[in-house]
This record gives sequence, C-alpha cells and structure tokens, in this order.
Amino acid sequence: MAQILIIAEHDGATLNPATAKCVTCARALPDAAITIVVCAADASAVAAQAARLAGVERVVMLENPANAEPLAALIAPQIVALAGAFTHLFGPSTTFGKDLMPRVAALLDCAQVSNIMAVEDATHFRRPTYAGNAIVTVESRAGERLVGTVRTASFEAAGGGGAAAIESVRLDVALPTHTRFLRRAAAKADRPDLQSATRVISGGRALGSAENFKILYELADELGAAVGASRAAVDAGFAANDMQVGQTGKIIAPELYIAIGISGAIQHLTGITDARTIVAINKDAEAPIFEIADFGLVGDLFQIVPELQRLVAGSRAVKAD
Amino acid sequence: MKRILVGIKRVVDANVRIRVNPDGTGVMTDGVKMAINPFDEIALEEALRIKERGAADEVVVVSIGVAEAQQQLRTALAMGADRALHVKSDAPVEPLTAARVFLQLIAREEPFLVILGKQAIDDDNSQTGPMLAALWNRPQATFASKIELAAGTARVTREVDAGLETIEVDLPAVMTTDLRLNEPRYVKLPDIMKAKKKPLDTLTLAELGVEPRTQLKLVRFEPPSQRQKGVLVKDAAELVGELRKRGVI
Repeated sequence: MAQILIIAEHDGATLNPATAKCVTCARALPDAAITIVVCAADASAVAAQAARLAGVERVVMLENPANAEPLAALIAPQIVALAGAFTHLFGPSTTFGKDLMPRVAALLDCAQVSNIMAVEDATHFRRPTYAGNAIVTVESRAGERLVGTVRTASFEAAGGGGAAAIESVRLDVALPTHTRFLRRAAAKADRPDLQSATRVISGGRALGSAENFKILYELADELGAAVGASRAAVDAGFAANDMQVGQTGKIIAPELYIAIGISGAIQHLTGITDARTIVAINKDAEAPIFEIADFGLVGDLFQIVPELQRLVAGSRAVKAD
Repeated sequence: MKRILVGIKRVVDANVRIRVNPDGTGVMTDGVKMAINPFDEIALEEALRIKERGAADEVVVVSIGVAEAQQQLRTALAMGADRALHVKSDAPVEPLTAARVFLQLIAREEPFLVILGKQAIDDDNSQTGPMLAALWNRPQATFASKIELAAGTARVTREVDAGLETIEVDLPAVMTTDLRLNEPRYVKLPDIMKAKKKPLDTLTLAELGVEPRTQLKLVRFEPPSQRQKGVLVKDAAELVGELRKRGVI
C-alpha cells in the first residue's frame, strides 16, 4: 500500500492548482492513501480547499508563524518530522517543489524522481530528460521511501467533491533562522495564470521589443489568454522571467497555445508538447515550430496579430447579440 | 582565504540534437560535442565576478565524472578559476551522491559560498543544490538571478513562478543559478595556454570516503511521442475558422 504525503503549494489563501495535479499523479499508485500537508501561518482556508479534492483521505495543517512564506530550509525539517510511515512524498515540479523536495529527500536520505510524467506502479515512473528528447523509465527500490516532483502538465487536476478529515499537528522541531524572506515582486494578477490558463499566447524574439508585446496582450485580452515568452524574448528583456516557457522555465499544457515569432528551439518545444492545439505564426517558413504546430501561418506577425484580434473580437460581439 | 566552490558538469552540448540509442540504454554520445552545463558556466561567471570585486580570494571548480571531464575543468580554468578538483567516477552519480561528494570537499576546502547550476541539461533533475544545503545544514538560495554579498550574509533574488523573490541568507550557503544571473565570458586563447599550468587535482570517491549509491535504476530510454505536423493556413481568417471548427476559441 502506498502511503503518500503531498506537500501543498499555496499563497496563504488559495491552494495552487498544481497540488490537485499531484493528487491525480498520486492516485495512479496502487492502493494509494493520500494525505496533503499544508504549511502556513494560518492554514485553515487552504486546508479546506485541499480537503475537497477527490481521493484525499486526510489533510494535516502545520501552522507556525515561521511558515508564512514557503522557505525550503524551514519547511523541510517539518516535513521530515511528519514523514513517519509515508512511503512516497510528492510535491509539484514548480519552483516551490523544486526548491523544497530535494532538501526533504536529502534529510530523509532517500532518492528523488524529478518531473514524474507517468506512474507505472509504486516503484516505476516515467520522466523526461534531455529537454524532453528522451523519456526514461526509472525504478526505485522496493521498500525504500521515495520523494518525487510531479510534472503538472502531464496530469489533469483532481476533481472536487471530497471531504477529507482535517487535523492540526503540532511538531516539536527547531527551525533554522539562517534564511529570511524579504519580499516578492509578483507578476500582475489581472491576467490568467500562465501555468493553469486554458489559452496561452507566447511571443519570441521576433517581437523586437517589450513595447511590441502589447499587441500580444491585446489579443490575449480578447481570448482570455495568459501571455508567455520564449527564453530569447526574456533574455532580451521583452518579457518578465516568470513568463518563460520551456525546459528551464514553465512546462504548460493549455487547450490552445499560440506561438508568435517563436522559431521553436527544442528547449521551448519541451514546455508545450502537452498543449492540445498548437498554432504557430512566423515569417520563416522553415522555422522548426511548424513541425509540431497543428496550424501554421507564415507571415508578418505585426500584420497578422492585429487582424486576429479584430477577427476574434468581431465574432464575440456577434455572439453577444 | 575566502573561497568559492563551483560545480562543473560535463554534459552533451545544448545545441546537439539528442537521439535515444537503439537498445534504449541511454542517448547517443559517440562523437557528440560535450560542454560545461550552461547553468554551471553561469555559476562560475558569478564566482569570478565576486572574486574580481574583491569579495573572494579563490575560485575552485569541481567536476565529478569520467576522465574526459577534465576538458571542462580546463575550460573553467581558462575562464578564470584558480584551481580544479576532478572527482573521478566512470559511472554517472546520482544527485544525492554528488551532494555527499561536495559535502566532503566542503570539509576540506571550507568555502563561504558554493555555487551550482539550478539543473543539468542532461538529467534535468534539479536536485543537487538543495540536497547539499540540507546535508550541510546551511541555507539554500535556488534559481538566483541576483546575488548581493554583505558581511556574513547575502541577499539573493530568486526567479520563482510568481515573479521575483528576495531572501536573505547567512553565509556559508549554497546557491543555484538561473539564466538571468549573468552572461558568461568567452575564453580567450592566451587564457587557454595559462590554464594548462593551473593546478588540477584528481580524487577518487573512495579517497573522499563516499560510497556511491544507485537508488534509481534507469530501466529504459525511449524517444518522446511525436506530435503530428499539422496544416498551413493562408491567412488569419482561415486560422480563426479552423480554431472555431475545433472549438478551441
């Protein structure tokens, strides 16, 4: 029987959708009994959301003023103290999980499987390597505890309707003071979140400037889409770092992905292969992005994007009548 | 001596087209161009800049791996590292073993800062930095895009999913690099000549008292499932029509 502990990702008020995807991954293990732990200063709101996820048996709240911000050096020893009989400890393969889970694994002296994309059984997992160019099946040792990060783009979010028991646990763990949170400059919250948006529009270096990204935002507003960027566009300063899609940025799986002025380096493509429909707009007909796009349009993005905006805006108005 | 330890991993060059080998035991590496893991290059560049600002005295680069990893260490010396340590291992080591090796080297070298890449572009594991910080019982600052050192502490700006986060850590600490931390310098020819005279010591895992552990067996490698190439449309109107047909807009 797999006793699985999932470490919830949240912002203090809302459970991050990545956690619901970890639940789906965990449910793929045979005889999975799933517990979610919420580390927070005040965990009640997030715990209530976690308890509603289908397939979760128990939600544990670790409340401590020191947990107000997700600092791996402080959270890891608490997770270790809670680890007890758990056979698997999972977190999302987000910057939160990538920061925290290896610290937990090392303290538990156990291995970690990063970016789990499929579960075969309690000891066999599939994960991408080499920017997604090679998928490897790994086998962990039976009877040994295992830490994993879940490639969220590979799993649907668990549904609601659950009613897990919520309990508060007090731990007697000395927490380090060597790491202190100072501040977070968050991205604008008035747009859909890149990682959970159903539609994403990304721009590449061909946009030419941060100013020119405006036309993507305008199109995104018409479609209710999030805006992403290629590494080249981020490196050039056209877009913020949290917008980067790809091997070293965000791995996403929207219903619709529109790549605009992105040539399609393999490092970018690995971030979008799970998108349901991919559209590429590029003036270079030889760009590798066209090899994987469902719909390609060769041409000048500065003409096409405003035209697209007019077309989708016009149709929405007709529907509204 | 204020010392910085930097990890250097030998990986398949980022521009090489990766192919899974026919028997599914790994990827093709014969005759393939190898390079320093790009994030490790950024780590070294940051260490060199810290030294050039006068905040460190010595930069020591470390590579764990096959004999040929010395090529990447020589490149690191040519970039400006002062000396190199090659920890020989013919088999790849898992991240936890790599972290245990670094922990032993920390005991010998007593650095005030260890800078590693946030991930290696071959395994894409993203584990060694936090694992080392845990074993060392010291702070970690992962995905760094800005490092500001002060007396006994450092302020690090981190690239996180929500944006940019700034934390303060006491030193010594482990930091891992993200792409925007710096742009690594190019190696100049005279520096390559000079690098040949810089010290490069070889150690074994046994000398460091580290027993390598294989906790994860790599059962088989497969190429990813390929997406089908779609169709070209002639203009924006046709594109919108197709997307409506699919029901995605």
